[in-house]
Amino acid sequence: MVTPPASAPPAASTATVQRPDILDYASRIEAGFPLGNVVLPKHLQQLQAEAIHIMREVASEFNNPVLLYSIGKDSSVMLHLAMMAFWPSKPPFKLMHIATGWDFHDMIVHRDELCAALGLTLLIESNSDATEQGLTPFNTDSREWARLMLIDMLKAGMDMHGFDAALGGGRRDEEKSRAKERIFSVRGPGQVWDPRSQRPELWSLFNGRLAKGESMRVFPLSNWTELDIWEYIRLCAIPVVPLYFAKPRPVVDRDGMLMVVDDDRMVYRDDEIAVDRLVRFRTLGDWPLSGCMESPANTLEAVIEEMMTSRVSERQGRMVDKDESASMEKKKREGYF
Amino acid sequence: MNAFDSAITPFERASQLRYLTCGSVDDGKSTLIGRLLYDSKLIMDDHLLALEADSEKHGTTGDEIDFALLVDGLEAEREQGITIDVAYRFFSTPRRSFIVADTPGHRQYSRNMASGASNCDLAIILIDARKGVLTQTLRHSLICHLLGIRSVVLAVNKMDLVDFDPARFDEIVADYRAKTARNAFEQFIAIPMSARFGDNVSTRSELSPWYTGPTLIEYLETVEPPLAAGSQGFRLPVQWINRPNLDFRGYSGTIVSGEVAVGDQIAVPRSGTTSMVTGLIGPTGPLQRAGAGEAITLTLADDIDISRGDVLALAKDRPEVSNQFAAHVFWMVKDPLLVGRPYLIKLGTATQTATITAISHRIDVNSGEQAPAKNLQVNEIGFCNIHLAHSIVFEPYADNRALGSFIIIDRFSNQTVGAGMVEYGLRRGTNIHAQPADVTRQQLAMMKGQQPCVIWLTGLSGAGKSTIANLLQRKLMLLGAHSFLLDGDNVRMGLNKDLSFSEADRVENIRRVGEVAKLMVDAGLIVICSFISPFRQDRAMVRELMPEGEFIEVYVQTPLEIAEQRDVKGLYAKARAGQIKNFTGIDSPYDEPEAAEIVVDTAALSADEAADAILLAIKSRLQPAG
Repeated sequence: MVTPPASAPPAASTATVQRPDILDYASRIEAGFPLGNVVLPKHLQQLQAEAIHIMREVASEFNNPVLLYSIGKDSSVMLHLAMMAFWPSKPPFKLMHIATGWDFHDMIVHRDELCAALGLTLLIESNSDATEQGLTPFNTDSREWARLMLIDMLKAGMDMHGFDAALGGGRRDEEKSRAKERIFSVRGPGQVWDPRSQRPELWSLFNGRLAKGESMRVFPLSNWTELDIWEYIRLCAIPVVPLYFAKPRPVVDRDGMLMVVDDDRMVYRDDEIAVDRLVRFRTLGDWPLSGCMESPANTLEAVIEEMMTSRVSERQGRMVDKDESASMEKKKREGYF
Repeated sequence: MNAFDSAITPFERASQLRYLTCGSVDDGKSTLIGRLLYDSKLIMDDHLLALEADSEKHGTTGDEIDFALLVDGLEAEREQGITIDVAYRFFSTPRRSFIVADTPGHRQYSRNMASGASNCDLAIILIDARKGVLTQTLRHSLICHLLGIRSVVLAVNKMDLVDFDPARFDEIVADYRAKTARNAFEQFIAIPMSARFGDNVSTRSELSPWYTGPTLIEYLETVEPPLAAGSQGFRLPVQWINRPNLDFRGYSGTIVSGEVAVGDQIAVPRSGTTSMVTGLIGPTGPLQRAGAGEAITLTLADDIDISRGDVLALAKDRPEVSNQFAAHVFWMVKDPLLVGRPYLIKLGTATQTATITAISHRIDVNSGEQAPAKNLQVNEIGFCNIHLAHSIVFEPYADNRALGSFIIIDRFSNQTVGAGMVEYGLRRGTNIHAQPADVTRQQLAMMKGQQPCVIWLTGLSGAGKSTIANLLQRKLMLLGAHSFLLDGDNVRMGLNKDLSFSEADRVENIRRVGEVAKLMVDAGLIVICSFISPFRQDRAMVRELMPEGEFIEVYVQTPLEIAEQRDVKGLYAKARAGQIKNFTGIDSPYDEPEAAEIVVDTAALSADEAADAILLAIKSRLQPAG
């Protein structure tokens, strides 16, 4: 069990915004986000409308919803849709980031600058108990790490703030057990998922009613694919963490996973040295657990083209998902997103 | 950016088809989807490696890859080799992109099949060529038909196991068409195939030279499912009121049909008020006009009363507003749908208390014919009259899917228990208006010098309800109070002598007692009701009939063992011997009250002490309201 730590002060809103793409984005949001000459393809328009519809249902049917913001590309799209679903109002729910303390430095900068530029307050929760005990991704089993730092912390954060619904960026194309999940997914006491007794979900009629002790996880991006996400980011020019684009970075090849050494907490094994290689990330997480790929793609266009010819799936680089094929379902049952 | 556009044109421009695979257990639905993904080279290398490992562990196809394991994503599914819940898969060919709902075949998971079917335009119904048309094939066909799917591919699968015999294929197709004649699909094709070996899936099979039609993938890439005629009137169910500050008030929602433009005169049909559209905001900036499918925020010239659940329409084309309609209902849980019991209905963005007032018939799955029904059991489809607490905007499902579809929610478990499709509005209720009385209930109560109420005694048979009720009434009389006692005996012999002890009739029994009690309370009486009333929902229904504070629930609490020991009328003995069915506590449940105003424990108190306890609790009501 995690003892909920005192809520960290909202750090984001005071950061100085330096990235020009973020400044430009914030001013476009302020203006109502006209796209000018760009026209979204029909299926992206539909997906956009569906996600906005879902977010508005959440805002209307729950007392205290939260959007879980994890800084990655899906979160970028989620946050963007939330900004536009309620414009000119600010999103009528809280934002929360479950931070492990091992996010890439670029991610934290992105998070803080984006929230500051958009005038949003972000709750940042992390498992300080585990950190104080000296646990790191290097000395902890990857599944245990995910449980302590993400699953338990997420549950503690939900309980501590009394959130009754959490919006997440999960997509059905990511993984087999996600493909089975409802858009409104009821979690029982302890926030566990029982895949055998999901509520029927017909049309766009979502049942947001909860019994005591239950909470809801809601996935507005359920019907988006990885390609849709990138296309949407490209056409709307939504800022993403620069780690998605190729750049020479210090890389260690460990058991087939290419690890980028992000700071001096790196624990090298015998004979290991970091070598600069041209790499980028397809998914982001804690830096010691996120594999990158060799790639020259340094623009959105190149990233999309590369993905369309890729023969491996998006989550392939994630240590946390690898252990066995039912691992995601297990984590979800325990309360993961 | 423009130069790059050409590189992704096929993916951008291709239209999207949403379809489902359905049919009975083991007809090969998941295998077919796995095959489609595999043939279109959309299985990533790491997934393929995992699949090979899984096939060895859980597979049912010997040394070969078991494609079903690609889609059966839940552990329990892989272990049991069945599909439990609907899975959504995405794939594209250069000509089209697809969202596939792979739905379970087991009867008990029909609710999950319906979930998948509700958002699809086409259904692939699979049949095992060895087994032919099964009840479950017909059930799925019927559900697809009711949900408005007009295009069907009959995939006669496992043809390899009947040697690709054309006679067998023709026989199955003819049988299917005959059995679904009553609910036939507008667009229909039958394809002989083997999903496991890929025959006629994406490549033409040499084993069926007699089949000249398209392969499955060719057909899916080109088919245009017929569109529903539908109404074109502008309808915007209001989801959320957008009020960032005092200067801005917007109404957010997704347009479900028609078009609206800045300057249009719109109406709120519920209240009849009208105003002019001054602005439209979309997710990519302000708009001059917006149409079906767009999620917008709309501003008006006037501040008028609009809330979530309202539907905005053009002033010159307003939909009907009513509180009664007839609808097909698909029931999805074990507890049957009962006439008279209040449920919640969510239709559009409105959620309301509703009662099913009658079941006209249910539909027999095998024949498609109408059959009589007193209630609806799990997986049954019935045609019902539904009465809502307040009038709302709805339209027939055939005209407007978004305003013609609804879900039924149980008010206590919060489960989604049913799904419905409006057929037509019922106008019956429109001429009955509440008659305001000249003499008020307050005056009647004042004359009797008391504050009338219902004292509702609930508890197991043999708990002592009747004894306590009689003692209580005698004590009230001695104190000069005006009361009346309603119990099973005096009600069942007259007013309710047409009712049995089935669950449905028990609900009706309590509903009638509640209505009678309400009239008596209006007349100024203190009404003591003594009924087992085992179902929480039914006690809540009576509570809601009464003004706040005038329903006093008394839980006459006795452990089952003690009630059974007492067995004053010998009923428990008969129930245990199987001579009485549906006996509360034995083979029918009792929902304990969670928030009764008064609890009397008759294992600890005598009947007289219990009556005194109740009397003490209601003493203040024996004086006029002041």
